[in-house]
Amino acid sequence: MNDIAQVAFFTVGMATLATLVVLPLGVALAWVLARKQFPGRAVLETLISLPLVLPPVATGLLLIAILGRRGPLGWFLAQMGVEVMFTWLAVVVAMSVMALPLLVRSARSGFEQVDRRYEQIAATLGAGPVRVFLTISLPLARRGLLAGALLGFSRALGEFGATIMVAGSLPSTRTIAVAIYTYTETGQQAAAGLLLVVSATIAFGALMLSNRLAAT
Amino acid sequence: MAVPIILDFTLQQGDFTLQLQERIEAQVVVLFGPSGAGKTSVLEAVAGLRKPQCGVIKIGDTTLFDSNREVDLQSSGRHVGYVPQDLVLFPHLNVKGNILYGVGSGSGQEIDQVVGLLELGDVLDRDIEGLSGGERQRVALARALMVSPAVLLLDEPLTALDADLRSRILPYLERIRDELATPMVYVSHDPSEIRALADAVIVLAAGRAVRSGPDLDLITPA
Repeated sequence: MNDIAQVAFFTVGMATLATLVVLPLGVALAWVLARKQFPGRAVLETLISLPLVLPPVATGLLLIAILGRRGPLGWFLAQMGVEVMFTWLAVVVAMSVMALPLLVRSARSGFEQVDRRYEQIAATLGAGPVRVFLTISLPLARRGLLAGALLGFSRALGEFGATIMVAGSLPSTRTIAVAIYTYTETGQQAAAGLLLVVSATIAFGALMLSNRLAAT
Repeated sequence: MAVPIILDFTLQQGDFTLQLQERIEAQVVVLFGPSGAGKTSVLEAVAGLRKPQCGVIKIGDTTLFDSNREVDLQSSGRHVGYVPQDLVLFPHLNVKGNILYGVGSGSGQEIDQVVGLLELGDVLDRDIEGLSGGERQRVALARALMVSPAVLLLDEPLTALDADLRSRILPYLERIRDELATPMVYVSHDPSEIRALADAVIVLAAGRAVRSGPDLDLITPA
């Protein structure tokens, strides 16, 4: 039971952290896609959505290529004494990458629903682009942003393929999804079942709230 | 106080071309004409929300747009007070928040003057949702006035109101004209409003000025 509680708390904590980490980037990307036309926009949209359609283990492989000791980022971080692979950092990275596409989609919808007239009138009142974004666009899109964050959190919570590639199934990095897999492989059906219930309950609540926010 | 107003530009929007060559001196110039004549487009061009293909827009001594000199001030730098026909009050801010949006905290004296002028003291803490039509109109005017605009751009401010409300709001506009001496570019269909407020008129039809000048009888077809 202690192991199950530890895995559950660890996973919720990592999913929350991953969502918070990816939120600023996700909101910025969502705003750019909702409001701006520029060369390469379609490429950017596709890149953001790629983790949705790639096999998660393939995404994990890409992350290994970048974060592994021979990867450009992994090598650099290792020089600074920071190990990412098979640590909680790798869990956060994998979850962030998988959460981003859903966060951006929902947040983009939130921004698109903000009538541009509000932003235009704010500009005529002397507000520059940053102030318009912070005081008009962001508050009026908050439901879509929150819905996106909850969707991203739900996705991060259930992430398996990329996580097991970069973080493995160590006691210090085992998430709910990885634990369910491990327990099933080792015949511990009760433990796997319990984690399934925990995971489903949290995800159900997050999704319900996300859907409600998106609908209003 | 009359100021020179130059509206000399071409604005292309799909199949519609707005072409003006107006240089007028007035405190309140009214844009008069049927729907689709381009009146709102003129206001939006002055506000910097639509960019002409070429020409000059100048209010007083300030050039807002000049294609030859590559001048095109951002909306935020034009010091205009724009009140669109649908008011566009910010739904997530209360009355005070809307009024002060353009000035941050604003000095107590400035807000008192505007709030007093438009009699909004009792509704400052209210949400926008619960306001009457007349109150919403006055909040939109107050919000535009608080930025001490070089020119007020009013798009049919009284059209959506009933006759009683119109007769109660019109004096506020007269007070703004007389007490604050703010120049106005004002869109209206109503001859009585025009005669009460304007000292010059531009009659628009199909994107062109067909008549213009200080004679308010110009609104009557020849």
